[in-house]
Amino acid sequence: MLSVSDTIIATQGIGKTYGAVPVLREIDLRLRPGAILGLIGENGAGKSTLIKCLNGMTAPTTGTVYFDGKPCRSLTVAGAIACGIVTVPQEFNLVNDLTVAENIFLGQELTSGFGLLRRQEMAAQTQAILNRLNVALEPTQRVGALSVAEKQFVEIAKALTTPCRVLIMDEPTTVLNQREVKALFELLHQLSQQGTAIIFVSHKLHEVRAISSEVAILRDGELVAQALTSELTEADMARRMVGRELNQLFPELPAVPAAEAAPVLEVENMSVPGLLHDISFTLRQGELLGLAGLVGAGRTELAETLYGLRRPSSGTLRLFGRSVRLHSPADAVQAGIAYLSEDRQGAGILTDFALTANITLTSLARYCHPFISRREEQHRAEHFIRRLAIKTASTQTPLRQLSGGNQQKAAIAKGLDHTPKIFLFDEPTRGIDIKAKTDVYRIIHDLLDQGLSGIFISSDLEEVIGLCRRVAVMRSGRIAGFLEDGHITEEEIMYLATGVKA
Amino acid sequence: MTMTPSSQNQLFHRLRRLAASQGPYLALVLLLLVCAVSSPAFRRPQNLLNITRQVSYSGIIALGMTAVIIGGGIDLSVGALLAFAGTVGIMAMNACDTPAAGLAVAIAVMLLTGTAGGAVNGALVTIGRLPPFIATLGTLSIFRSLSLYLAGAGLTTARHDVFMQVGGAVIGGVPLPAWILLLLTALGAVLMTCTKLGRHICAVGSNQRVARYAAINTGKVTFITYVFIGLLAGVSAFLLGGRLGSISSSTAGNAYELDAIAAVIIGGASMAGGRGSMTGTLAGILILGIIANILDMWGVSVYLQGAVKGAVIIIAVLLQRPQNQQA
Repeated sequence: MLSVSDTIIATQGIGKTYGAVPVLREIDLRLRPGAILGLIGENGAGKSTLIKCLNGMTAPTTGTVYFDGKPCRSLTVAGAIACGIVTVPQEFNLVNDLTVAENIFLGQELTSGFGLLRRQEMAAQTQAILNRLNVALEPTQRVGALSVAEKQFVEIAKALTTPCRVLIMDEPTTVLNQREVKALFELLHQLSQQGTAIIFVSHKLHEVRAISSEVAILRDGELVAQALTSELTEADMARRMVGRELNQLFPELPAVPAAEAAPVLEVENMSVPGLLHDISFTLRQGELLGLAGLVGAGRTELAETLYGLRRPSSGTLRLFGRSVRLHSPADAVQAGIAYLSEDRQGAGILTDFALTANITLTSLARYCHPFISRREEQHRAEHFIRRLAIKTASTQTPLRQLSGGNQQKAAIAKGLDHTPKIFLFDEPTRGIDIKAKTDVYRIIHDLLDQGLSGIFISSDLEEVIGLCRRVAVMRSGRIAGFLEDGHITEEEIMYLATGVKA
Repeated sequence: MTMTPSSQNQLFHRLRRLAASQGPYLALVLLLLVCAVSSPAFRRPQNLLNITRQVSYSGIIALGMTAVIIGGGIDLSVGALLAFAGTVGIMAMNACDTPAAGLAVAIAVMLLTGTAGGAVNGALVTIGRLPPFIATLGTLSIFRSLSLYLAGAGLTTARHDVFMQVGGAVIGGVPLPAWILLLLTALGAVLMTCTKLGRHICAVGSNQRVARYAAINTGKVTFITYVFIGLLAGVSAFLLGGRLGSISSSTAGNAYELDAIAAVIIGGASMAGGRGSMTGTLAGILILGIIANILDMWGVSVYLQGAVKGAVIIIAVLLQRPQNQQA
């Protein structure tokens, strides 16, 4: 193992406990200058906590962090930044009302002698950073108007304004498309050649394999391996992360819906001004219809319209053969539709609420006679904890204390608790680890077996192909085409999504 | 980074959590003990009963404010609404010839006016999509101005004695307003913790978007909280008017909204919504009342009492801050 003196950051036996729960145990991590370290592990394995111990967000309970070979006591966020440890967070810390340049210099504005802002200088420097990142953004654009991917680049640009010796990136590629990922990777290589060490946290093993020089694998709060990337295959990484041989990632495809299976959802010529144009499709009983497309193609908007959150200006919607109008989510729930939002923390779950209260949030009326029966709620929560294998300390644990995968399961339980017949899954596996992903696939599969029908929105084409027998591909608010069993490939989907093939 | 032993840390954390969750009640008990020991006049039963009466009027409003703040809103208009409802109610009563009819009309008109005022606020916030601070700042001015106009900026005095007999009633040694405050606290606690509406109010205050996606009619829930506080402003108007036999269009209910907000915050609610409790608010309003009373007993200038009250509010929020940050 590398000696501490050759490292830019090293940890010696650091551990962290929250309450009585150990989250990290005896971590000995070594980071060389210029290394790109892929940090992988399932959700709840301790990746985020380890990062927080390194960037001063939290203090480890035991052990020592070394910076430049010297023990570093009571590291603070400001201290870490002063040392050149910069973190690009998973959740954005941007002010929507400010411009790109104003955000990038937020808190470190350049001022003239009289305390006045040097706008042109900041704009010029911003432009230089953006050029270096090879991003087509203007310093004067308002951040609120940017896409998620563009915001990500603003975050990265912000990180690069300070002299940066260690760059920590938490799941940076979740919201990026392939071209953007490629641009990001080029930048990371460039930085590493200049001696910046990079910690790259990701769930996407092929990306870790592509970008990193070393891989550190966390499992249940322990560092089970730190090795050169060249010594590991993706399968090795996956196996060490879960500590067992991964069974096949996807369950077998759902049974082919019988041709005579009744249509449960029929959409005809539905339009929402500016968002959706002339959408028509049919969903059959027991079918999982994939909905693919680039970010912004209108997939979420379609799901939200079906859930009563947006009002179509024209077109018809038939549920179980009957023409309906959905004016609110309450109408949709009443009609038997559940929606799992892509924005888990923003629209899916109440992080301050207990697991139980989250699960019964939509279906609460069922538990009121007339007062809420806590016993019934409790039983129901226990039922879902077993059925969906939710890992939680108790039914009363606030969801913010659960890992992303378990939060997602709670969100699914919330949808299931009002006994829907159609479930709209919007990016159900975003930001959750492999184990939780396979759990989610299994849950969806079981639901289909039980007669539920579903729409499956995902940017991960592999899982769309692995789960769906029919895929609708959207482009600019329209359905560009359908792909059927046997003809669903990543290439075909991308052709339709990008308009190469109409 | 070398670490301190964690057991000591844990004890500290546990104490801190206890202080955070039970803080308002602990503070109330502590304050009572200090006051009772330091001042014989304070611990006389009559004085204690007086305190309960004094805090009842703004206390009842504070219960409504609890629901509004947990739901993510704020209502600055309630003090003015109290004056308006009281003025209109007494005028209506004075138009009745028999005391019984007058009393019934006074109750009905005050509660209805309060409810209607609350509905206006609720509509401005939900249908009009105004920020609650702005909407209720506007209606504060409107309600106060209307009552000044109706009463010619003076007192509206009740012509039937029965009004004062009810307002000043003492049941089992305890003043009627205190009974009503207690009863409404109990009802409010049940509402917030045991009913669908209460859970929905918390959900809307915690994250309105999540609540909307969970098929909750967020507009309706928010609207109801404003109607609720309006109704309670009407109740308070009746009790205050009954106590005094009149309502002053210029001073009745003055700054009650601030006392109510202070009580809610001292009681452990988050200004950002989603968290708070009716019993905590009751503790908060009693703390404010006791402090005002003991300062009187100690002979502290009445002009300085506001400074002490302000300091208490600030200290309460400072003490709760670690918990707030965690959330």
